[in-house]
Amino acid sequence: MKIKAVVQNDTASVKVLVNHPMETGRAKDQNGAVIAAHYITEMTATFKGETVFHAELGPGVSKDPYISFQFSGARVGDTVKIDWIDNKGGSESMESAFAAM
Amino acid sequence: MGISRRDFCKTLAGSAASLAVMAVLPGSAVAAWSEKAFMADKLDDAIAAKYGALPIEDTSAIQIKAPEIAENGAFVPVTVSTTIPGVTNISIFVPVNFSPLVTSIDLFPRTKPDVSLRIRMAKTSNMVVIARAGNKLYRTVREVKVTIGGCGG
Repeated sequence: MKIKAVVQNDTASVKVLVNHPMETGRAKDQNGAVIAAHYITEMTATFKGETVFHAELGPGVSKDPYISFQFSGARVGDTVKIDWIDNKGGSESMESAFAAM
Repeated sequence: MGISRRDFCKTLAGSAASLAVMAVLPGSAVAAWSEKAFMADKLDDAIAAKYGALPIEDTSAIQIKAPEIAENGAFVPVTVSTTIPGVTNISIFVPVNFSPLVTSIDLFPRTKPDVSLRIRMAKTSNMVVIARAGNKLYRTVREVKVTIGGCGG
């Protein structure tokens, strides 16, 4: 997972890129066997203990999801934590500090 | 369908570990994954599963930024924003996808109603965006032409 977090004026902008196959459960491999569904179901952003973003995702989200959002009240040096979980119980958590824009 | 609802549930509930992971995530306190809405294969069913029978009003106060023609349906960039006050949730639907609900995003007092991501579109279709404010739903529809479909066969 890569996170780019910047602050301009009072607006915090967070861009998240996750390496994830986001398999729909409908694609087939070279032998014609169905590749099992494997996709991120939830992504959450936490700022100072407060949830500031929560997305439910399905197989309609592209491979290697890129998601960006904005919220108010962050300053340079503050951190935001991103967590995601997938339908197979996989998960990742990462914190990133805000830089000046 | 490549995966039946039953199999999906088994996968999801199969390991105690996955449940444990979900339990410790702060996000799970907000809203659990809307399984019924994501598993629905028709737009109306997906909307009903997500929002129940709330009234829907068409609006021009939701902006959908997306290419007019997407060359690759596997990666269609979309930005959704709205000027409707008090929006707590925005969902993006692609009716022609086998699972029309693509994403459902919860907004909080600090969150700006302005979100971008890349989504899959099986073929040329409308993109339907629904925003919830209070007990009302607002809808904006926008067509995106797709040259090569993006749902892996």
